[in-house]
Amino acid sequence: MNTALLPLVTGSEVTFWIVAPLAVLGALGLVLSRRAVYAALSMAVSMIALAVLYASLGAPFLAMTQIIVYTGAVMMMFLFVLMMVGIDTPDSAVETLKAQRPLAVLMGVGLAALLFFGIGGAVHYAPATVIEANAEFGGNVEGLANLMFGRYVFVFELAAALLIVAAVGAMLLSHHQRVTPKLGQREQAVERMKAYADAGEHPGTLPNSGVYATTNAIGAPALLPDGSIAEKSVSRTLVLRGAAVDPLPLTRLTSQTFAAIEAVTEDEADE
Amino acid sequence: MMNPENYLILSALLFAIGAVGVLVRRNALVAFMCVELMLNACNLAFVAGSHITGVLDGQVVAFFVMVVAAAEVVVGLAIIVSIYKTRRSTSVDDANLLKL
Amino acid sequence: MILFETIAEPVVATGMFTWAWTMIAVPAVVAGVLLLAGKLSDAWGHLLATAAVLWSFAIAVCLFGHQLFADAGSRAVVAPLYSWFSVGEWSFEVGLLVDQLSILFAMLITGVGSLIHIYSIGYMAHDERRRRFFAYLNLFIAAMLLLVLANNYLVLFVGWEGVGLASFLLISFWQHKPSAAAAGTKAFVMNRVGDLGMLAAIASMLAMFGSSSFTDVNAGAHGLAPQWATMIGLFLLLAACGKSAQVPLQAWLLDAMEGPTPVSALIHAATMVTAGVYLVVRSHAVFETSPAAQLAVVVVATVTLLAGAWIGTSQDDIKKVLAGSTMSQIGYMMLAAGIGPAGYAFAIFHLLTHGFFKANMFLGAGSVMHGMNDDVNMRHYGALSTAMKWTFGTFAMGYLAIIGFPLFAGYFSKDHIIEAAFAQNTFIGICALIGAGITAFYMTRLMLMTFFGEKRWQPGVHPHESPRVMTIPLVILAVASVVSGLVMNNWIQEWLEPAVGNHAHEVSLVPTPVGMATMGIVAAGVVISYLVFGRGSIPVKAPATNNPITLAGRNVLFGDQVNDALFVTPATAVAAAVDATDARGIDKAADSSADAFAGLSTQVRRLETGYVRSYALTMLGGVLFVGVVLILSQLG
Repeated sequence: MNTALLPLVTGSEVTFWIVAPLAVLGALGLVLSRRAVYAALSMAVSMIALAVLYASLGAPFLAMTQIIVYTGAVMMMFLFVLMMVGIDTPDSAVETLKAQRPLAVLMGVGLAALLFFGIGGAVHYAPATVIEANAEFGGNVEGLANLMFGRYVFVFELAAALLIVAAVGAMLLSHHQRVTPKLGQREQAVERMKAYADAGEHPGTLPNSGVYATTNAIGAPALLPDGSIAEKSVSRTLVLRGAAVDPLPLTRLTSQTFAAIEAVTEDEADE
Repeated sequence: MMNPENYLILSALLFAIGAVGVLVRRNALVAFMCVELMLNACNLAFVAGSHITGVLDGQVVAFFVMVVAAAEVVVGLAIIVSIYKTRRSTSVDDANLLKL
Repeated sequence: MILFETIAEPVVATGMFTWAWTMIAVPAVVAGVLLLAGKLSDAWGHLLATAAVLWSFAIAVCLFGHQLFADAGSRAVVAPLYSWFSVGEWSFEVGLLVDQLSILFAMLITGVGSLIHIYSIGYMAHDERRRRFFAYLNLFIAAMLLLVLANNYLVLFVGWEGVGLASFLLISFWQHKPSAAAAGTKAFVMNRVGDLGMLAAIASMLAMFGSSSFTDVNAGAHGLAPQWATMIGLFLLLAACGKSAQVPLQAWLLDAMEGPTPVSALIHAATMVTAGVYLVVRSHAVFETSPAAQLAVVVVATVTLLAGAWIGTSQDDIKKVLAGSTMSQIGYMMLAAGIGPAGYAFAIFHLLTHGFFKANMFLGAGSVMHGMNDDVNMRHYGALSTAMKWTFGTFAMGYLAIIGFPLFAGYFSKDHIIEAAFAQNTFIGICALIGAGITAFYMTRLMLMTFFGEKRWQPGVHPHESPRVMTIPLVILAVASVVSGLVMNNWIQEWLEPAVGNHAHEVSLVPTPVGMATMGIVAAGVVISYLVFGRGSIPVKAPATNNPITLAGRNVLFGDQVNDALFVTPATAVAAAVDATDARGIDKAADSSADAFAGLSTQVRRLETGYVRSYALTMLGGVLFVGVVLILSQLG
């Protein structure tokens, strides 16, 4: 820290000390949260924090790009894919690989230590800021443009080619070629009846979720006439996510309410 | 102006956290996001370096890293989706054919 | 020796002579163009190739004329082209030496080559691969010119290999015939044996003289210890034997007749096979230093001379008779070259005249085959003198030239050699004399069986004269066969003196006693041949015989069998032994070690779990390790 400026607390310093913990918290949230959606949102927090830091480091263009490209486009794409592939199963807390977690943490600490040590040993800088460089062509964007379409124009072209190739590659990878003919209504019906004949599968529609006195949420299972739970009335995804409601308290409440109503009607009938 | 080392230390910290995330998370999407976090940490180091040295090249490099990361995300996600289509799973541990 | 100082320093090329390299370059480039352009050049390829050779011929004639009118001291010209490469203390320059010797060769090659190109336009007219044939011919011309125009042995060797390649390609030109493919391979392999000698000779020269240029070698040879000179001389003789089909490397030449007839005429009679003679004459200083090497040359030459003639007497295939005759005539040239300074000019003299009359006869044989549906068996010919007048007339000129009929070309050149042989050693002289008699015998036999007697034509064969494009070259060569001896007789010794250092001595047109004896022997050969083959009818099938001499001749003196017994069988046995060692010893060892590693890797591969995350962990560990090591090494 520059001792001459020690008493002064600059704007960028305040920004750093507010934003840096947020970035670290976002990163930790990404690693630690068990649900992928939360992880993605933590990641977004971290990225926005970084964008703020860019802005305070004299890189307003990159700050905007960070928000638009990363937080806006890339993270949204992650969320789309999360939706597509299902967010049903959170990572289980049990680690299957032996000693993976402690070793990973150890390595992470070692890596951080190595980087700190490397930075401590390697960074030699003259006190300079990017302000002059930004001012040279009249602004940060103009300065970047000068470099990008000047010295780095070939790299820029290559990056453009890379993006096109990546787009084509993604299309190729996700293109799905049907290997069996699409099943029509007739075939599906035949298959369903066959399953009924062979394994006794119910050929009709699946049962609706249950309707109780206090709730008709989609996670509440329906009851069969004998009072047992109809397993198929609740989506498997909800069950896996633990969003299914336990029907027993509901049943009890419902029967109590029913009993109360019955009592009232009987009283009225008696009168 | 504040000590630019702080930015570099923050960058190193984020990088290490990202690395640990890649190692411990089994969901391919989350692991992939951890990789993105590592790339972001690098970008921070580049931008801070640009500030330290007073030239804009670091920012240009950070920009190119973003471009490459975008391309990488597109292809990576396509791979994850196609794996999911065939295996109904996004766990990196399920794709374990890289052995004899 | 004052003689050799005259050849020491050729003058550097100026004027015309700076064009000398185009003699080689133009055919080489045209060959490349024809091969690369493919079917595009089918229509005009043969014309372009012929034009290329004519260009070379024109340059050669101009250079020759230039030399002819220059004063004797400035005739030999060296044209440095570029520096090829240098290794250690040796540097190899590519340069052309246009002296009295090489210009004669260049004219023979390009002159006969041009005629044969023209002839081939007609001969190969119906071959669908004619363009390729002309490309190979041009490749040959370029390589042969490089061989004779090079100014050092290494560049000569490039041409030497080039003609070997062209010869291989052309012998097996009709590759669809297994016999042609085998003949090409045979020629190639046997030539490699000779090339080994050439390489060894060049290596020895580099070791002894530190240079491979003709000037340095010829200048340094006189200071050489005789045993080293003998060694180099024998290596060179081996090389010459391979290329010139001398005993013991003679077996390929007869099989080489599988190639198209113009090839046999150009390569296997007129030019390439004489490269051995050129080599010996070019290296005369080495041989003069070593009497033993000279003796070896003379012995080889005499044996070949008689062996070739022997083969010629009993073959029925017209081209093989001519091939045997070629062997025999090259034997004469080698004999002259081995005799020493007295013979060099005669060797070259006979080489040139032989180039004319043998090309003439080969082309004549090709013309006969052309009219006889490509039948080569003389027992199916007969009475063709009326059916093919031009062919017969020109062939007869060649015949008279080769047997040494007075005032024809062979009369001068061969008689000089026989005389020189008598001057050297009576026994050798007698052998050469006998050879001349046998030559007359088998050539008369050929003439009688082909052009006289009754018709023994196969059914469906209608002999006819060949087209003009084929007969005109025949006429030109016939004229050369007649007059070349007379023209060059007095002139060539003096002309070649600076280049080969021969001792010119008086030659006259009046026959010497040896000349008279030669004429007598030749006449006897002709008469005996007539008595045997000219009176009775000739059986269409070769009569069975127990005569060992005839049998040996028919079987080409059992050359193949000797090679099989001496080289092929032992080589096969060694190869089998090596194969067995390879299979049981080396393979076993390799397999065992592979098994050991496979077992080890089975254990090691348990580390590979297939889990990406554990691989990533390992990678990160590696990164940390490398980083720590780097930082620690910086600290230390």
